[in-house]
Amino acid sequence: MTDAAFVRLAPAPALSPPASLVGPWGWARANLFSSATSTGSTLVLAALALWFLPSLIGWATWKAVWIAPDGAACRLAQDGACWAFVAQKWQYLLYGSYPESEHWRVNVTEVMGAVLIGWLLWTGAPRKLLGAALFFFVYPIVAFVLLHGSAIFGLPYVDTIRWGGVFVSLLVSLVGIVFSLPLGVLLALGRRSTRPVVKALSVTYIEVVRGVPFITVLFMANNLLPLFVPDDYAPDRFLRPLVGTVLFAAAYLAEEVRGGLQSLPKGQYEGAAALGFGYWRAMGLVALPQALTLVIPGIVNNFIGLFKDTTLVSIVDMADFLSAMDNAMKDTVWSGPTILVTGYVFAGIFYYVFCAAMSAYARGVEKRLAAGRNR
Amino acid sequence: MSLSDAKPTGPAIEFVGVNKWYGRFHALRDINLTVGRGERIVVCGPSGSGKSTMIRCVNKLEDHQKGAIRVDGVELTDSPRSVEAIRRDVGMVFQNFNLFPHLTVLENCTLAPIWVRKKPKAEAEAKAMELLGRVRIPEQAGKYPGQLSGGQQQRVAIARALCMEPSIMLFDEPTSALDPEMVREVLDAMVELARSGMTMMVVTHEMGFAREVADRVVFMDSGEIVEVNAPVPFFDAPQHERTRTFLSQILR
Repeated sequence: MTDAAFVRLAPAPALSPPASLVGPWGWARANLFSSATSTGSTLVLAALALWFLPSLIGWATWKAVWIAPDGAACRLAQDGACWAFVAQKWQYLLYGSYPESEHWRVNVTEVMGAVLIGWLLWTGAPRKLLGAALFFFVYPIVAFVLLHGSAIFGLPYVDTIRWGGVFVSLLVSLVGIVFSLPLGVLLALGRRSTRPVVKALSVTYIEVVRGVPFITVLFMANNLLPLFVPDDYAPDRFLRPLVGTVLFAAAYLAEEVRGGLQSLPKGQYEGAAALGFGYWRAMGLVALPQALTLVIPGIVNNFIGLFKDTTLVSIVDMADFLSAMDNAMKDTVWSGPTILVTGYVFAGIFYYVFCAAMSAYARGVEKRLAAGRNR
Repeated sequence: MSLSDAKPTGPAIEFVGVNKWYGRFHALRDINLTVGRGERIVVCGPSGSGKSTMIRCVNKLEDHQKGAIRVDGVELTDSPRSVEAIRRDVGMVFQNFNLFPHLTVLENCTLAPIWVRKKPKAEAEAKAMELLGRVRIPEQAGKYPGQLSGGQQQRVAIARALCMEPSIMLFDEPTSALDPEMVREVLDAMVELARSGMTMMVVTHEMGFAREVADRVVFMDSGEIVEVNAPVPFFDAPQHERTRTFLSQILR
């Protein structure tokens, strides 16, 4: 046929897709067996799973020792985990050497923190400004009074040397995250500043801190900070690593935020300037909301790193969760071949759950923002 | 005292011997131009002729190095306060709209009135809705800029600038980034604005708009003003050789 003209006389009806595209079979074809490579890797992974999973699940469940007064039962059941050990040490793992009669103070602090964080993270929550004010200004004071003790409220004084376990890990992470972000934002703005002195100071700070291992920063915070101030004002041994953590994390966050600020089109800054916004308003209302949204994956990545890095505070004698676990495993009553693996697997699960929660929340936020506006 | 309270009577914008360099490149050469209150100036010229640079000097998005620019009788200096005061009074519409993508159309329009002009939120929103109505897109107020067409975005940008109740409006190639079928709706909004008596400086290649609206047309080439004239003599009897060449190239 050479006649190329065409006029449709009847509309083409919309048909349902062929069976091979829908349903579980369609899904498997698309995702598991779409090509020879894909089929091969599916089969290899399935074989590996069949090989490993039964023994792994067995180790963790039916071969494990769940209830035992000491390590004797665990020493006999060498093919299973010794959860009884974790069960017996849980108080120490949660609170360290914090006096047992005062554990409620840690619990109250943690619950208050969880409620406030939930309030701030929950998207549709009412009165977020109030929540933020409580979280950033009231909560730190209340938490300090509760944890440290105060004669006025009749709370016995608990020296920070007795703090330990999960609550120390959470505390260090939370303080690190909450204070490093604003500091990092300021450093990022400083690095992009047109004032040479501000810029030079920010660049120097970021480059020096990033060029030094975290452990070094912790040692310096621990040993050098007290040298600069009179003995009476020496910061608490618990405060020093906290300061070190914040200062260290801020340098990394600053670079993330700077990346976000740089990726904004120049027109955004000009648009804000042309409307009469001064520097701080242009940054706070126009640039930072966009820049921080763009770098959420990087920021969360940093927070996850920071959360796991808190295990390093043990080298300046803070008994975080992991070092509490280490100490617990040294208990001769429980010593046995399965204790080490059990302890570390449990610690791994603990860290994994928190990190996975952080990244799941971040994914949710990204999805919501992507749906809200297609640029 | 803000500029808009002063009710100045002199010219809206004055360029006196303005020169600007980008590094060694002499971008603006001895610019002298006075824009009267309520006057509509269209600036045209080949690309790289300095026309955008010139109007961006008016609200100090660009610095000039020699000469003086006075807006409502106030000379532009380096003091951030005077710059911000002038920017409150001089609205600008950009080639690429420069709307804030993280805010809705309505929020784009109320952000500066609320934070810079310190207007109550309800009042700012009422004003924004009125102006969105004037550019004929009040129904888009709740959407994000990314959900609008280019022409709609540019009309939002015009409304956003007007929400600050400026006495002068600058347009930097407002239709150059638009698909052809959307140019008309933006030009219509600008014509309407011109009829309301707004002082306007418009950099554009839309010669039909220049004929229809401009009081004077400024032709620039190589960083200097080559010819200034009312639209009829400008288009029908251009004086300078370079003007004739330019017009013959764009009008065909």
